[in-house]
Amino acid sequence: MLTKLTGGRIYDPAHGVENEVHDIYIKDGRIVKRPDDIRIDEEIDVRGKVIMAGAIDMHTHIGGGKINIARTMLPEDHAEDLVARTELMRSGCGHAAPSTLTAGYRYAEMGYTAGFEPAILPVNARQAHMEMHDTPIIDKGGYVMLGSDDFLLRMMAANKDQESINNYIAWTMNQSHAIGVKVVNPGGINAFKFNQRKLDLDEKNQFYGVTPREILLRLARAVKELGVPHPLHVHGCNLGVPGNMDTTLDTMQGIEGLPMHMTHIQFHSYGTEGDFKFSSGSAQIAEAINKHKNITADVGQILFGQTVTASGDTMRQHAAHPHAHPNKWVAMDIECDAGCGVLPFKYKDQSYVNALQWMIGLETFLMVDDPWRVFLTTDHPNGAPFTSYPHLIRLLMDKTFRNDILSTLHPEAQKASHLGSLEREYTLYEIAIMTRAGAARLVGLADRGHLGIGGAADITVYTDDADREKMFTTPDYVFKDGIMVVKDGDLINVTWGTTHVVKPEYDNSIEKSLKPYFDRYHTQTMGNFKISNDEIIDDGRGSLTVQPLHKRGPV
Amino acid sequence: MTEITNSEMWLEVASPFCGIASDDLTIKVDGNTVMVIENGDTVTKKGFETPITDTSARVKGKIVSLQDAVVYIADLLRVSKQPVIAGMATDLNGARSAMALADKSRATVDNMDSDATFRNTLVLQDTGWMVTTLTEVRNRVDLLLVVGSDIERDYPRFYERMVWNKESMFGQEIESRQVVYLGKAPSGNASTSPQGKKAQVLACKDEDLPEVMSVLRALVNGKNVQAEHVGGLAVIDLAALAEQLKLAKYSVVTWSAANLNFDHAEATVQMLCEMVKDLNIKTRSSGLPLGGKEGSITVNQVSAWQSGYPMRTNFNRGYPDYDPYLSNSKRMLAADEVDTLLWISSFNVDRTPPKSNAKTVVLGRSGMVFDQEPEVFIPIGIPGIDHVGRAFRTDGAVSIPLRKLRDSGLPSTFDVLTAVEKAL
Repeated sequence: MLTKLTGGRIYDPAHGVENEVHDIYIKDGRIVKRPDDIRIDEEIDVRGKVIMAGAIDMHTHIGGGKINIARTMLPEDHAEDLVARTELMRSGCGHAAPSTLTAGYRYAEMGYTAGFEPAILPVNARQAHMEMHDTPIIDKGGYVMLGSDDFLLRMMAANKDQESINNYIAWTMNQSHAIGVKVVNPGGINAFKFNQRKLDLDEKNQFYGVTPREILLRLARAVKELGVPHPLHVHGCNLGVPGNMDTTLDTMQGIEGLPMHMTHIQFHSYGTEGDFKFSSGSAQIAEAINKHKNITADVGQILFGQTVTASGDTMRQHAAHPHAHPNKWVAMDIECDAGCGVLPFKYKDQSYVNALQWMIGLETFLMVDDPWRVFLTTDHPNGAPFTSYPHLIRLLMDKTFRNDILSTLHPEAQKASHLGSLEREYTLYEIAIMTRAGAARLVGLADRGHLGIGGAADITVYTDDADREKMFTTPDYVFKDGIMVVKDGDLINVTWGTTHVVKPEYDNSIEKSLKPYFDRYHTQTMGNFKISNDEIIDDGRGSLTVQPLHKRGPV
Repeated sequence: MTEITNSEMWLEVASPFCGIASDDLTIKVDGNTVMVIENGDTVTKKGFETPITDTSARVKGKIVSLQDAVVYIADLLRVSKQPVIAGMATDLNGARSAMALADKSRATVDNMDSDATFRNTLVLQDTGWMVTTLTEVRNRVDLLLVVGSDIERDYPRFYERMVWNKESMFGQEIESRQVVYLGKAPSGNASTSPQGKKAQVLACKDEDLPEVMSVLRALVNGKNVQAEHVGGLAVIDLAALAEQLKLAKYSVVTWSAANLNFDHAEATVQMLCEMVKDLNIKTRSSGLPLGGKEGSITVNQVSAWQSGYPMRTNFNRGYPDYDPYLSNSKRMLAADEVDTLLWISSFNVDRTPPKSNAKTVVLGRSGMVFDQEPEVFIPIGIPGIDHVGRAFRTDGAVSIPLRKLRDSGLPSTFDVLTAVEKAL
């Protein structure tokens, strides 16, 4: 089967292609060269249309324990957005914590073809993969969460060498089928179990005597030395705390030039100026990102309305519980490994703090110069559900639209921000970088996020429309691995994407210390902790795609 | 992962029967006969060792091929106005297939232990909670408060694995752990420490627990309580318990919702959970709901991620419609609202469907005995014995891989229900 997309305007930043007209040929799920004498089975006229690779959400909470707690605790939210079964699609629900099925359909309908769960607890990885297995169409994968796990902190307290730590991390990535490593409030989730209520960058965990700074360095070094393409994915200390911008700046400095991705940085960019003792730190944060080329960030934009926050940061989620709306919340300590907190939350445009959060996120987008190093997220669902991405894209691409909304927000917040003076409007090319080429490079997907020969035929076709929200809400066509899954905005095929992983090498002798460790302290054996390949493949519709590593070696 | 050591011995086998997912069992398999050799208890032994009797599907008592039974079930569902898929005692893929079939046949889904589970779910949905998991308990608990539950009867290895383990990650003196029962007294000595320290028991009747719990919470919050006695207990003893809770560094308050068998027990669970939140203003404390037998945690998890809702959801209108009261399968059956009941019970031969006037299809564990022969009976494989699978344990955070230990030829619930869905 050979398909030809004729005459589209190509945006393929991975190959430096901006708004060039050429044809694309698709065969067996891949983009191929123009064949000489093979019959074209299907030709689709896309003249004048905008063509990009399928979009990649590099940070979205789509599967695992905490998001399923959120689903269970929010029947009232689902009731607003129930989704009926069709001939093709299963029923489900949308909005803040959508069902896995609906999430997959809606991502595809928006032209997204991959999403990465950023917080997979090693002990809960099995569940995360079960849920992602039930998420149709899109590819998926995730970052395994370390840094508050007893085994790592124990190794650090014993001052084990970096090689041993690398080995443990590589082993854990393999067993939990991850593509990256994340750290959340480094050591803080653990410290909360010892009743520590905050943990600054240089504050010691009272049991292990280890600081967040040391944890970050050890993990970032391990990721780099193992050749894992995705830099250490960092949810820093003091999330949401006024004044945390200093911690964030210090964190960037303290990583000593190692690659580091700072996630939902909006939540970590707060100052303490003004009558409300809450101000924007985005100028300094953006400046620091611009300066430190080893740093990438996604924004974690907030948008107004009801949502739910689901985080591994038990310490900060517990502290935030008075803000739960409606007033119900969950905090959970998990297996001497990690934790989670789930809080429904309503961002209000007439709240000074929420309005400023909205502005801080947009300021960050607009002041970071390099679109290859900043990524479009709402930290779904923590800042807003992923279905609001087209709205967010319009905010970035349309200054008038942005300033019109700005003018309706809390007046004091407007005075505290210089957002209104920022002239920048993102171009289509820059959007393609942030949501495709850059995201694929950041996650470490060699064959996705671009439209080059040999790449996976994950392709989105849009009608150019000055209303960017409309344009990005309903693409004309979406192809997933060469199969047309969306036509004229409607889902027409349901496919099942692959699970992307990396498999860094490790020395199996680590199991000699891990097996007795599990037996002594845990309630599951090491053998049962491991997730087999068969579990990912499962009933046959799952698959594993092993992405290439970078060169490994000491830094 | 289970390692085979010789032709018939299996090590590190995980139990889908016990709720706490003990996974250190040694099991011997000889043909279709399974024996727990090491680390068994009354629950896991019964679970693994109950023998296979019938292996053939039956329609109206007559042996038929599996294929014919599948077609017969599809025919029943096709004409059914109000089908219910209940029991739901199954594993991950059994639950997935049941949810897919419910969606297609516009059925209601419910688990056989939902009465108990919903005493917790309603609290989660109303005010939430602070909870913990088994390994945290094993390594951190310094005060275990057991509310209204005789946990060793239903979870015989709970104390051995989570409280009186040999050592803690953090060097805690295990013998120093305190156990206090509020409500039911323990039926055995599992809660007694290795050196013989007995649990403290503050006994009261179940129906007094709501009042006792609310007074305990008030005392934790430093409220003045005028009464000297509540539910037969001296308030001064409850005040001492409140003090213990406040002084503890990591108290765990546990309960088995199945044991809180009185009207509106969810209000008592809520009181308990709010007390735990109150304690966390100054120290650390966590709840630990015990449950998870008969696939109850697994099917609620799968239902939540596939539909957004836990059990007691119906698909009659084409989309998931959650109502913990209206979609209570027991209530629906008793009120004659159900014309077809599909009952899934793959773990326990004693858990047969409730009596009703509905045409009943049973996907049950081989060896089930019925008062009234169901319209269709298919003896199905047991997850973790006859086929591989996965199951969640009580804390919902950890799930375990289940192995195929023998080749009985019994079909899995997933195989049967997927075939029914295709035939619809």
